[in-house]
Amino acid sequence: MNETGHAARATMVTVYTAESRLRHPRLLWREMRRDLLASRELAFRLFVRNFRARYRQSVLGYVWVFLPPAAGTLLFLFLRQAGIFSVADTGVPYGAFLVCGFVLWQTFTDAVQSPLRMVSQSRAMLTRVNFPREALILGGLAEVLVTFMVRALLLVAVLAWYRIVPATDAWFFLPAVLVLVGTGIAIGLALVPVGMLYQDVENGLALALPFWMLLTPVLYPAQGAGPGALLMNLNPVAPVLDTARAWLLGGAAVHAQGFYIVGACAGVLLLAGWFAYRLALPILIERMSA
Amino acid sequence: MSADLLVAVEHVSKKYCRGLRQSLWYGLRDFAGELTGQRGAGRLALRAGEFLALDDISFELRRGECLGLVGANGAGKSSLLKLLNGLVRPDAGRIAITGRVGGLIELGAGFNPLLTGRENIYVNGAVLGMTRAEMDRRLDDIVSFAELEQFIDAPVQSYSSGMRARLGYAVASRLDPDVLLIDEVLAVGDLSFRLKCLNSIEQQLERSAVIFVTHQMTQVARVCTRAMHLVHGRMGTRGDPVSVIESYLALATPATTAFQSVAGTAVTRAVFAGEDEPIAPDIPYRIGHLQDLVLDVELTVPAQHRNVMLSVGVFDRELQGIGECAQHRDTPLRNTGAPLRARITLPRINLSRGVYTVTLGVNCADTGLILARFPSLRAILVTGDHPMWAPVHFESSFEQVQ
Repeated sequence: MNETGHAARATMVTVYTAESRLRHPRLLWREMRRDLLASRELAFRLFVRNFRARYRQSVLGYVWVFLPPAAGTLLFLFLRQAGIFSVADTGVPYGAFLVCGFVLWQTFTDAVQSPLRMVSQSRAMLTRVNFPREALILGGLAEVLVTFMVRALLLVAVLAWYRIVPATDAWFFLPAVLVLVGTGIAIGLALVPVGMLYQDVENGLALALPFWMLLTPVLYPAQGAGPGALLMNLNPVAPVLDTARAWLLGGAAVHAQGFYIVGACAGVLLLAGWFAYRLALPILIERMSA
Repeated sequence: MSADLLVAVEHVSKKYCRGLRQSLWYGLRDFAGELTGQRGAGRLALRAGEFLALDDISFELRRGECLGLVGANGAGKSSLLKLLNGLVRPDAGRIAITGRVGGLIELGAGFNPLLTGRENIYVNGAVLGMTRAEMDRRLDDIVSFAELEQFIDAPVQSYSSGMRARLGYAVASRLDPDVLLIDEVLAVGDLSFRLKCLNSIEQQLERSAVIFVTHQMTQVARVCTRAMHLVHGRMGTRGDPVSVIESYLALATPATTAFQSVAGTAVTRAVFAGEDEPIAPDIPYRIGHLQDLVLDVELTVPAQHRNVMLSVGVFDRELQGIGECAQHRDTPLRNTGAPLRARITLPRINLSRGVYTVTLGVNCADTGLILARFPSLRAILVTGDHPMWAPVHFESSFEQVQ
């Protein structure tokens, strides 16, 4: 509304050409940091919008956040009690072990699906409005983290129920969850460029996740040796989830070393995924807009 | 300030692909090219199935100017706006934009139907790049502009489509961009809201460079300082809005059905006064506002219908009826089966400038039966000095009285 505002903004020149953006990496990096900062307000609004709208048309409301881990825990407790399913000694009460495992696994699946889901549900916006694209990822991240915090109430309840006093290491649980979420977002972000073109990625992910859970020490303790250990080494989620749980409930993490390796790789993948996301979006939007 | 060059478009081209599978595959390859830095390095080459949606477009726009983009559907208008908005990138050429870009394109971007109007204002505002402080300050403004005071705390899914569009427009128009892109948004809402929108755009004009896409030629004539006609992705006529509108209207004529026979009734000739014969039926006849419209027709009607009445209708481009007239039952044409000739005169035709379609109806005067109807016999292009909103431009006088 005022002339000085225009004059200040008028110095900002945006240039669009056909050239690959990677030819000017320094400019690209500057734009990425600028947009990341600019996207905070929108990310917050998108998060509030999605979080409020998600359960508004439901009677049970936020109870739905607790239901999947609670139902899974009760089911497997029953199966073990009935002798249908047996599992090695977990060192802590099996109920607490399961709740913790399910909450962490759910948080990982939320994170891995979040980027593709956010971009996919924003097609109409993406093809018509130029907003900082980082907002979709940040808004999704906020939703994953807040949902985790709500689910963490279930963890607190279970710790109280079994009278487990968290170990002194328990404070490391929260950064471990951040590494878990970061790993999920990094994998999810890397799936966006191809996933937005081909539906197969989303379908494949939906198919793979239940099997992936069975290959991750959610229901059973991590294996230190034998063919099971090889599986743990190939599965990036296994050491992170197992270590996070060990830190909260006490007990030795079988793959603490793997945790740090995965954490570092996730950091690199996150950065690479961010670049790929930036570079891919104009191309994806071109193919989206029919 | 008024001389700021805000938009510079130089030889911009954009390819698109029609087939979905092919398009997705090219998308993947473009992404690979982008990652390896290869993209945009070579010359512009079309792959199989691709076509140029935009072909060598160049123009410049300064603050205070408004460029009207006109053209048929699929001519590339919306693609050009997407490039200017930075949503997609050109395949050749260069676009330089100075300052903040705002679009009145997708009204209500990010609306969630379950949330209230108030909650959605904040989401929509954030999508468009407003800060929370800006939103807080402008909330009352937005609600009153949208005229939704009573409904603002109701979920948006209970709004009518017009109310939703009004809310979206109210938020989007609070932006104060340097470059404003407008795409067909003024087709929403009732007439009074549309005029309100147009007023707000006119206020924005002097502060911004505006690019305006619409099919409503009256809007182009009213707000644009310049216009450009896009024809299959290429630049057609450019320059002052009036001449561009006329070139557009001359091309965008509704398809006329060739003279044809309907149940034995056939029109063999339809010529307006002053036209040379033979005339191609798809070229519109030009006529000035308040001139006499005189149409000579020749038709054959089966001999059993002794008395025949004609009627003429005028329709606009959206096929809305504007007016009609009919021959009186007591003074019909006498028919023997031989070619009938008739002259139809509509004196001092008071249509607003634009393109209209003339229809011809043939009825039996004895039975009242409709023998034939030729839905687009000919097209006429009415010329005049004043762009008007309504299709009828009355003859009038305005005098000061004491």
